[in-house]
Amino acid sequence: MKEFVYTITDPEGIHARPAGVLVKEAAKYPCNVTIAKDGREVDAKRIMGVMSLGVKCGQEITMKTDGDEEEAAADALLAFLKENL
Amino acid sequence: MKLEGKSVFSGIAIGRCKIFGKQESLVKRSKVEDTAGEIKRFSQAKEQAKEQLSVLHEKALKEVGEANAMIFEVHQMMLDDLDYVESITNMIESQNINAEFAVASTGDNFAEMFSAMDDDYMRERAADVKDISNRVVHILQGKGMGGDLGQEPVILLADDLAPSETVQLDKSKVLSFVTRYGSTNSHTAILARTMNIPALIGVDFPQDAEGKMAIVDGKTGIFILEPSAEELETYKKLKEQEQERARLLQELKGQDNVTKDGKTIQLYANIGGVGDVATVLANDAGGIGLFRSEFLYLESEDYPTEEQQFKAYRTVVENMAGKKVIIRTLDIGADKQVGYFNLDKEENPAMGYRAIRICLDRKEIFKTQLRAIYRASYYGKISVMFPMIISVDEVRQAKEMCETVKCELDAEGIPYAEVELGVMIETPAAAMISDLLAKEVDFFSVGTNDLTQYTLAIDRQNPKLDSIYDAHHPAILRMLQMIIDNGHKGGCWVGICGELGADLTLTETFIQMGIDELSVSPSMILPVREQIRNSSSK
Repeated sequence: MKEFVYTITDPEGIHARPAGVLVKEAAKYPCNVTIAKDGREVDAKRIMGVMSLGVKCGQEITMKTDGDEEEAAADALLAFLKENL
Repeated sequence: MKLEGKSVFSGIAIGRCKIFGKQESLVKRSKVEDTAGEIKRFSQAKEQAKEQLSVLHEKALKEVGEANAMIFEVHQMMLDDLDYVESITNMIESQNINAEFAVASTGDNFAEMFSAMDDDYMRERAADVKDISNRVVHILQGKGMGGDLGQEPVILLADDLAPSETVQLDKSKVLSFVTRYGSTNSHTAILARTMNIPALIGVDFPQDAEGKMAIVDGKTGIFILEPSAEELETYKKLKEQEQERARLLQELKGQDNVTKDGKTIQLYANIGGVGDVATVLANDAGGIGLFRSEFLYLESEDYPTEEQQFKAYRTVVENMAGKKVIIRTLDIGADKQVGYFNLDKEENPAMGYRAIRICLDRKEIFKTQLRAIYRASYYGKISVMFPMIISVDEVRQAKEMCETVKCELDAEGIPYAEVELGVMIETPAAAMISDLLAKEVDFFSVGTNDLTQYTLAIDRQNPKLDSIYDAHHPAILRMLQMIIDNGHKGGCWVGICGELGADLTLTETFIQMGIDELSVSPSMILPVREQIRNSSSK
C-alpha cells in the first residue's frame, strides 16, 4: 500500500468539475484508490463520494493506493494533483 | 406588488409570468417480483439518460462554452457513480420495489447529504443529484423533460432551475428567469449571464403569479407583479432606451466615425471623474475630450495634493491605454464653489473670479495641478486646455507656467511626455480673437454652454428666459464658423465639448462647418457616431 498527503491549492477546492476529472484519473488504475479528509475516507473512483468530502482550498487530503500498480498509481495521482488541484 | 431579489444579470423584461412546472412527478411505490428485470429497466433508462446528457453537453458547448458545459459531463459521471447505482439496485433487490421509486429515493438521499454540507457551492450540487434522478424517473415513466412554454415569450418563475432545464428551454420564449432559491453560483445564474437574459434570484413570488403581467428590473433586482399603468409606461421607455442602445452597440461598436464621403471626425467623451472611464470604454469613445478636473477639488476637504491628483490622472490615462485624454485645468467659481478656497461672495459670479482667473492669481494651486498632469503624461497621451480665456496674455502666462513645471521636473529627473496645449473658447472675447489665440496653442475646444450664455446675455439658470434661449441662434453658429476657420488658419484642430456637441440635429452642420472633434457624454457617443456616418461633409 502506498500513501501520501497533499494540500489542495486550487482556490475552488475539489468542486464538481475538478472532482469529475480526479475520478476519471483514479479510474485509470486497477488498484483501489481512496481519499480521506479529517478521518473520513471515500473511494476515489466514485464521484459522489469525492464531492461529498467538500474539500476546500488549503485543506489536507490523504490518498492511498492499494493493489496492482499501486506505486505507479500513487506517482501519477500525486503528479496529477500538483498539476490540477 | 413589488418584490426584491438579487440580480444575477442586468436588463429589463416585461411580460406574462409562467411558473415552471418541475414535473416532480408523483413517484408511486409498487412491489415488483422480477427484480432482475427491474434492474435491467433501470440500467436501460440510465443509459438513455446519459445519451440525452451527451446531446445536452454538445448543445451547451455551443451555447455557453466549455467551462459551463462541463457540468453535463459531470452529470453523466454521477449517473455511473457506483455508490449511486448500488444504492438503487440494492433497494430494488432487497425491498422488491419499482425502479422509479428506488431512483427517486436514492436521489433524495444523496441530495440531502449535499444539502447538509457547510459549503454554498456544494449545497448547489443537491440540485444536480435531483436533476439526474428526475431525468431517469421521467424516462422510466415514458415522459419528456422540461415544460412546454407555449407561444408567447414569458417571464419564467421557478423555485430553482436545473442546468438541464435551462439548456433545454426554447430561449426565444424566455424573457427572464426569476427564481426563489439558487445563488450567484447556481447554474441558472451562470447560464443566464452567458445567455444575456435578465435574471433574479431570491424572489419570493406568490404561487398565483401564473399568467399575470410583471416587470423584471435586472439592474435594481426588483420584480414588480401586476405593475401599475405608470410603472409599465416607465419601464417600457427604459426598455426602449436599452434596446436602442443595444442596437447601436451591435451595429456601431468598433466602427469608424466617418462620413458618407470619407471624412473622419474624432469622437470623444466628457467625464467628471475617474469612475466614468468604464462607461467611456463601454461606449467605445475614441478618447476623453473633456476631463473636468474640478471633481478632485469638490470632493476634497482641502486642496488636493500633487500626489492625489497625479494618481487620479494616471489612473485615467492608463485605463484609456494610449487614447487621448484632454484635461481641463481647474474651473472653479461661478456655480461651482468650494469652501476652502474662501472665495468672496460675488454679485455676478458667472462673470467673476473663476477658472483661469483664479489659477493665474493663486499660482501655487495652478502649479500643483500642472505638475500632477505633466507627471501623469508619461503614462499615456495627455492634452491640457485652459478654461475661460479672454486674452492672449492669459494664454502666454499659462504656457509660461507649463514651461516652469517642465524645467522643475527636468531638474528633479522626473519623466514626462509631450503635452498638447489648447484653450477653451467659451467667451465672445476668445471667439473674436481666435485668430490670435490659434498662434499660441495646438487646439481649440468650444464650450458652447458658457459661450451661448455670454453671447446671448441669457442666464441659463433663470427659467423665465427659457422661451428666448435658442441654442441654435445664428450668432452662435456664425461665431462657431469663425472659430473653426481661424483655428484651422493658425494650425489648430477645433472641437466642441459643450452640450451642443451632442445635438444630433446639428451634427451634419458642424461637419460641414469643418469641425474636427466632438466630445459628448458617454451615452451619446454611439448616437452621434450613427449621425456622423449618415452625414456628408459637403
